[in-house]
This record gives sequence, C-alpha cells and structure tokens, in this order.
Amino acid sequence: MYIRVLKEALTSILSNKMRSFLTVLGIVIGVGAVIGMLSIGAGASDSILGQIESIGTNSIYVMPGGDDEITNPKPLTLTDANALSNRIRAPHILRVTPVMMGQSSFSLGDSRIQTQVFGSYPEYTEITGLEIAEGEFITASDVDTRSSVVVIGPDLAEGLFGRTSGVVGSTVRINNFPYRVVGVAKAQGGNQFNNPDLQAYMPITTMQLRVTRQTIPDQVQYIIIQAQDSQSIDLAISEAQQVLRETHRLTPRQGNDFTLTNQEDILDIANQITNILTIFLAGIAGISLLVGGIGIMNIMLVTVTERTNEIGLRKALGARKGDIMLQFLTESALLSLIGGIFGVILGWGLAQIVGTIARNSGTPLIPVVQIEVVLLATVFSTLVGVFFGWYPARQAASLQPVDALRYE
Amino acid sequence: MIENTPAPVIKIRDLTKVFHLGGSNDVHALRGVSLDIYPGEMVAIMGPSGSGKSTLMNMIGCLDSPTSGDYYLDGLLVSNLDDDELAVVRNRKIGFIFQKYNLLARATAVENVELPLRYSDDPTNITERAIEMLQLVGLGDRLKHQPNELSGGQQQRVAIARALVNHPAIILADEPTGNLDSVSGQEVMDLLLKLNREKSTTIVLVTHDKDVAKQAQRTIRLFDGKIMEGEQR
Ligand SMILES: Nc1ncnc2c1ncn2[C@@H]1O[C@H](COP(=O)(O)OP(=O)(O)OP(=O)(O)O)[C@@H](O)[C@H]1O
Ligand SMILES: [Mg+2]
Repeated sequence: MYIRVLKEALTSILSNKMRSFLTVLGIVIGVGAVIGMLSIGAGASDSILGQIESIGTNSIYVMPGGDDEITNPKPLTLTDANALSNRIRAPHILRVTPVMMGQSSFSLGDSRIQTQVFGSYPEYTEITGLEIAEGEFITASDVDTRSSVVVIGPDLAEGLFGRTSGVVGSTVRINNFPYRVVGVAKAQGGNQFNNPDLQAYMPITTMQLRVTRQTIPDQVQYIIIQAQDSQSIDLAISEAQQVLRETHRLTPRQGNDFTLTNQEDILDIANQITNILTIFLAGIAGISLLVGGIGIMNIMLVTVTERTNEIGLRKALGARKGDIMLQFLTESALLSLIGGIFGVILGWGLAQIVGTIARNSGTPLIPVVQIEVVLLATVFSTLVGVFFGWYPARQAASLQPVDALRYE
Repeated sequence: MIENTPAPVIKIRDLTKVFHLGGSNDVHALRGVSLDIYPGEMVAIMGPSGSGKSTLMNMIGCLDSPTSGDYYLDGLLVSNLDDDELAVVRNRKIGFIFQKYNLLARATAVENVELPLRYSDDPTNITERAIEMLQLVGLGDRLKHQPNELSGGQQQRVAIARALVNHPAIILADEPTGNLDSVSGQEVMDLLLKLNREKSTTIVLVTHDKDVAKQAQRTIRLFDGKIMEGEQR
C-alpha cells in the first residue's frame, strides 16, 4: 500500500522539478561538503598514518625536557645514547641512534641548495626504515673516524647533479667543506613543507665537528630507540627511563627531564586530531542540514497551502489525519533523501577532484569514501526531511474538510 | 421501532448552522431543518443561491458539524464522532460528487477511482475494483487518461465511479450537472437514475435545473435556511 504513497510523493516532487531542485539544494550542498571533507580527511589521515608507520616499527623517541616542574632539564647527549645501547642495562633495546639536525648549504659548481642535514649512527636506517637506492649508508667506522661522507636524498641529488644515479663517489661541498657522497636515499615522496627526499645524512661525529657549533659538548637533539619487538615496547620504555634517570642523576623525588614517545602515542595523537576534525565537520554538517531542513519546511508549508483543495478532497473520501500526515511526511522525507543522494554524489566528485589536484602537486592523497558515512548521510538527511516536514504535515492533517474543499 | 416503514438512512432534527464572521455579522445558513430520507430514495434539493443547500449537503456528508440539532446517519448520531471516526463514516457510507469534479490532476482515471479504496479497511485488488467501476460508467477505454485529457462529462463520470467504488449507502451530489452542457448533464443523470433504480442507492442531489429535479422522486425546497412549508417531514 505504501508504494502508492511513495509513488504519489515522487510524482508530486517531479511535477515541479525546478522548485524541488532549489529546495533540496541546501541539503545537497550540506551533505556534499561533509562527504567530500570526510573523504579527504580519511584519505589525509591514511596518508599521515602511513608516514607515521614509515618512521619505523617499534621505535621510541627520546626528547629532552619532561615534566613541567623541571626547571633545568639536562640536554640529551651521546653519553645518554651510549648508555641506552648497553645490553646489560637495557636488554630489550635492540638499536639506538642519537640524532642531530641542522641546516646546511650544499654546493656543487654553481648549484647551491640550503637543506636539512641529519647526523646519526649507522643504525638510523634500520630504526627508521630509510632505504638506500644506490651506494650505502654511513658505517660505524665513518662514525669513529669522523669521515667527511654524506648520504643525500634523491631530490637533493637531482638539484645538485641533475640526476639521481651515478653520483656515488662524487664530491659535494657542505658549508664549503668537501664531502664524498657515499649513498643516495630512495624516494619517499613528500610535499613542499616536508620533503624527506631533499634531506642529507652524515655521521653524527662529523656533524659535531664541522656543521653544528656546540655549546654543550656531545649534545644531540633527540635519540631514537628500537625495541626488540612490538611486545617489548613497554619494557624497553621502562628500561630507557631507568637508564636515563641514572645518567641524568635524578633523585627519586625528581620527575623525568626527558620524554619517551613511541609510535603508538604518535598514532594516538593523530587519531585525536582526526576525531576533532570529525566533530568539527559534524558541526558544519549539522548547521548546513539545519539550513537545508528549514528550506524544506518552508516549501512544504507552501505545498500544503497550494494543495488545500486536494487535502479537503482526500478527507472527504475518507483519509484520516494519519493518512494525510504520512503523505506529506513521505514527500518531505523523499525530497530530502533525494537531496542527500545527490549530496553524496557531489561529495564523492569533490573528493576525487581534490585528490587528483593533490596528487598532481606531489602530495599522496587518495580520498576514502567510507560506506558508513554515505549510509549515515542518507539516513540523516531522510530524518531531516521527517523532522522539518512534521510541522507542515500536521498543518495539512488538521485542516477541516469543508474549509479545505471551499478554499480557493 | 414500531413503525412498519423502514428506518430513515438520513434523519435530521432542528439542524441549525451559524457562521460567525466576527463582530455581529453572523450568517444563519440553516435555521432549524428537519428531514428524513429513506433507503433507496432519490431526492433533489432546490432553492435560490445562498439558501443553504451546500451547507446542508456538507452536514449530511459529515464534512461539517452543525451549530445545534441532531443528525443520525444510518441510525448513528454523527455529532458524537471524532475526526477520524467521521473520516471512516465518509469513506464507508458516503459517496461525493462535486460540481467541479474535484479529480486529482496528476493522477489517471484509475488512480482517482482507487483513492477511496486506499483509505478503506479492505485495500486489496483496488486497481481491479477501480477498473470495474470505470467500465460501469462507460469509461473502460479511458483508464489511463489524466483529467486534462478528458471532457467535462467524462471527468464527472470518473467522479461518479469514485463515489461508487466503496458501495456507499448514499450518494451526495452538489450540482453534479452544473458545469455540464445539457447532453452530458443528462448522461450523468441517466447514470445516477440507473444506479438508484438498479442498485437502490440513496441519492441526494442539489440542482438549479427543474428538468433535473423532475427526475427525482421528491424535491425539497430550501429558502433562507429553512425547508419551505408543505415539504417538511
Ligand atoms: N464557510 C462559510 N463562512 C461564512 N459564511 C458561509 C460559509 N459557508 C456558507 N456561508 C454562507 O451561508 C449561506 C448559505 O450558503 P450555501 O453555500 O449553503 O448556499 P447555496 O444554497 O449552496 O448557494 P448556491 O446555490 O449559490 O451554491 C450563504 O449566505 C453563505 O454566504
Ligand atoms: Mg452551493
């Protein structure tokens, strides 16, 4: 039986296409914007999560500075890193590398590039998952002898040499000092704000000697630790904490003057940001659906007035209040559902366009149109139609048959 | 009941209707009407414009409620019913025919005739039943036509099919031939007469046309909200 009500509602909506279109435009744009943004957001968070995971598995970051009440946090040093490498004191720690960062000027002939250099131990590749395309990474003997060697990113190689292969063995100047290129890193992809392919790597000892002027001897920016496996991350963290408290000579009453963060913590933060984004988008969705809903209510009130005679006739023929309610609610719900469906299509299109633009400008972003979001949007827009159609439908249902029939 | 005549299907006692237009502008559309109509009768209501004919028809059709007085339809006191019960009464017991046909413009003839069935307690085979009624009024070849593809007389016949489809006890027709030329008007009348004769459907019709009224068994004359002397019963 209800199929006839649906058919009538559809006929009525289609009988005035332009008006129906304008009425649902609010819903279309609202749902479209939300679907589009959520899909891009999901794609973005996938690519962020991918990058975080590429940091390397089971890794723990040690940063200087800790609890707020510590007034003079001790900096992290090579001594800390070496203490953490001690297998007896920290059996669950597999690898350790201290990291120093600095801006340096690379030059070769006329080309000159300012970029970021990382000073580290050879373990850096295993811990972070950095892959070498050509040549090799710095070795332990490079670190011991403070050799003037450098590993460069593919974009840096391209910028200096005009090619990414066949450059191992060449010499480049960093801050006017000659270095031998021993390796080229594999391309990782990046954007204009953060491009790992433009970075370079050298022994941390060389970096101390030639690149960074140090006020505190052996200071490093941070230390990366790799746990034995994913099960021993928590053990590795507590061992690292114990070791660092000892090397920093902290009394039991003092808090940590360093911070240990593992990949999971970073993932948590990323997820938290994603959640905030989602709530924000839900807010926008709410407002736009509210506006769309008011548009539907408005046009449904007009429809009820226009069809007063029809309502009178239906009542004369035996339609009860509920029948009239159902008819008009169906119409507003269907109207807004159609809006929702077009909104989903619009949002999907927007997401694809943004994704294509992002990829063309070098940011890896594949929009993810989640099926749950699509279902939620359609269900929600239908509910908006029911909610905002309620008042007009009640108006229609409570018309007195004579008055409605007489209405001109 | 001790009478040997059958009980009236419509029994009206001292019915009044006052429209309050605000201030002291009250319109007394009906000033105490009493009337009995028996099953199988065909009654015409005549009277000058504004005499209260349509107002009376609306009362009989349970579309409006009186200011005072009693109305029994098939023995049922109508003033005791709520809106939804009245809707059911209209659906089961009454078939309406209007001067302006009042068909749904965007629906086909069949869909228009289906309408009362959809609101009835037996919504099965409604298309078949609607088609049957359209064949009865001679429109078996116009089933899928929309109102704007039909002549006035044909539209009124669709309306008659719609009024009949639920097999109501009474048919109420307010100037059913008012918008039609004499030929198609007579076609409509022939249809109503045939129904009255063959199915003994009770028919009450309002008309300004003496030739139409003559075909009824009885004519009631309204004047200024009252039934004229000698007609009352
Ligand atoms: N809803 C209403 N509000 C106010 N006055 C009304 C209303 N309905 C009818 N009237 C008044 O009641 C009186 C009777 O009207 P009614 O429509 O019953 O006349 P009628 O006999 O059907 O006339 P006609 O032959 O022109 O159709 C008229 O004076 C009319 O103006
Ligand atoms: Mg009238």
